[in-house]
Amino acid sequence: MSVHFPQKKLPYLLLLPQLVITFIFFLWPAEQAIEQAFYQEDAFGLSREFVGLDNFIDIFQDPQYYTSIGVTLIFSFSVAFLGMALALWLAVMADRVIRGKLAYQTLLIWPYAVAPALAGVLWWILFDPSMGPVALWLETVGVEWNHFLNGDQAMILVVISATWKQISYNFLFFLAGLQAVPRSLIEAAAIDGASPAKRFWDIVFPLLSPTTFFLLVVNLVYAFFDTFGVIDATTQGGPGVSTATMVYKVFNDGFIGLDLGSSAAQSVVLMGLVGIMTVVQFRYIERKVEY
Amino acid sequence: MIENRPWLTAISHLSLLLGIAMVALPVWVALVASTHPTEAFGSGEIPLWFGDQAIQNWGAVLFAKAGNGIDAPVWSMMLNSLVMALGITIGKIAISILSAYAIVFFRFPFRGAAFWVIFITLMLPVEVRIVPTYEVVANLDMLNSYSGLVLPLIASATATFLFRQCFMTVPGELVEAARIDGAGPIRFFFDILMPLSRTNIAALFVIMFIYGWNQYLWPLIVTTDDAYYTLVMSIKRMLSVEQGDVEWNQVMVTTLLAMLPPVLVVVGMQKLFVKGLVDAEK
Repeated sequence: MSVHFPQKKLPYLLLLPQLVITFIFFLWPAEQAIEQAFYQEDAFGLSREFVGLDNFIDIFQDPQYYTSIGVTLIFSFSVAFLGMALALWLAVMADRVIRGKLAYQTLLIWPYAVAPALAGVLWWILFDPSMGPVALWLETVGVEWNHFLNGDQAMILVVISATWKQISYNFLFFLAGLQAVPRSLIEAAAIDGASPAKRFWDIVFPLLSPTTFFLLVVNLVYAFFDTFGVIDATTQGGPGVSTATMVYKVFNDGFIGLDLGSSAAQSVVLMGLVGIMTVVQFRYIERKVEY
Repeated sequence: MIENRPWLTAISHLSLLLGIAMVALPVWVALVASTHPTEAFGSGEIPLWFGDQAIQNWGAVLFAKAGNGIDAPVWSMMLNSLVMALGITIGKIAISILSAYAIVFFRFPFRGAAFWVIFITLMLPVEVRIVPTYEVVANLDMLNSYSGLVLPLIASATATFLFRQCFMTVPGELVEAARIDGAGPIRFFFDILMPLSRTNIAALFVIMFIYGWNQYLWPLIVTTDDAYYTLVMSIKRMLSVEQGDVEWNQVMVTTLLAMLPPVLVVVGMQKLFVKGLVDAEK
């Protein structure tokens, strides 16, 4: 924009509401989290003493913290991979059909609107060991399903719930990506005798790589931060700590365990992580991945 | 269509139908479960076909009380959810549109700094700074209030960016013409800029409404009073009664009612929804 209004005071007035909210509810709490991370508070919150980097040293010496990093990685990559694979398959199919495209799209995208916590509850009851239809069916084929006792099964359950909600998002972006692939390229390959599968893997899939990479980042961010509700409404990190992700642990140690110093130190570590992810997102998505 | 392969077309339709069935399965079971009396769940499997208690269950949960330890009826929690969702949506759009206007159409000292302060909020999702934000809100005496539910979630770098992108495409000639005609910045904002960004605002409205309605953790920790419970977080309170005593039929009715409004918004305003999703990720 080369032309501007000459007023000098008005822009500050316009910025004021957002800046005030940002200062009170973002910068102040963030500053407190950072400060708290260097203090040790007693159990009643009456006194605290400066402990330097002890909180950080503690969390990085705590085997449970590494467990939660492991849980987070397994959870996030499973959700991203499963959600993207299923969505890509459905998008390729939807791109092929001529009749009923919009109807299919409508019926596939609505789970986006379901809150993560509700998605968790819906699948929770489906897999309930004593009355869930899926759990009972699994029993008849010889799988003993009990996510209250079996950590791996609890993990599978939260992965399914989180993926279910995210398929719609991936589907929309893959479909848009597929529709942007030039028809002439595919026609040329078809005339040369390439089969549909070969056309997909040699032409379409490489051309989709910007979309795929973008979705990978978005899905990982989603699995990291937006799935708190799925876990809290269902497994609450359990059994044991087998589904306690890093974000869940911040909440659990701070609000339930009342270990504010450790919780704050974990927050600071996560802020660093979000910072890195934001930078990656901005740098690489601007440039796109191209061959 | 490049070539005619009937079997491949058949597989496509089949896959899509299978996908739809998979996506709909949990909702179907919830719908069926919501029509049975409480006793049906104690004795083994959830029935697979509708029962005859639909009207009683839905009526009781909607108008009398939600059950499972919550005395408020669903309609009142729905109202709370609506107030929170609309508060977040309108608040976000209003403050972001103003700050984007300032950043794009004016030149002033500290413009870059202001931009960075807003940008930094992207790095602090509420889940990450939850404990200190709770303390701030408690200090401001905003627990159990609508302002406590809404305000901390309102500042949004995403919306500010979106409006900035949108405003930057407005040609400078338009601003010049307006100035020559004697229109000041306020008049330009309301008479030219607002009508131009109508679709963007609507698309963002759809996305933000879903975001606001689906808030879970924040309402869960700032409300302890039934009168301020929102629908989505009430599920957690309903499930925290003793494992054996959960009245699943009522939980299912509440779950379905909690997801209904945003789902209707997505289905009913599909074009705006898709535009909003794509815009928000630029």
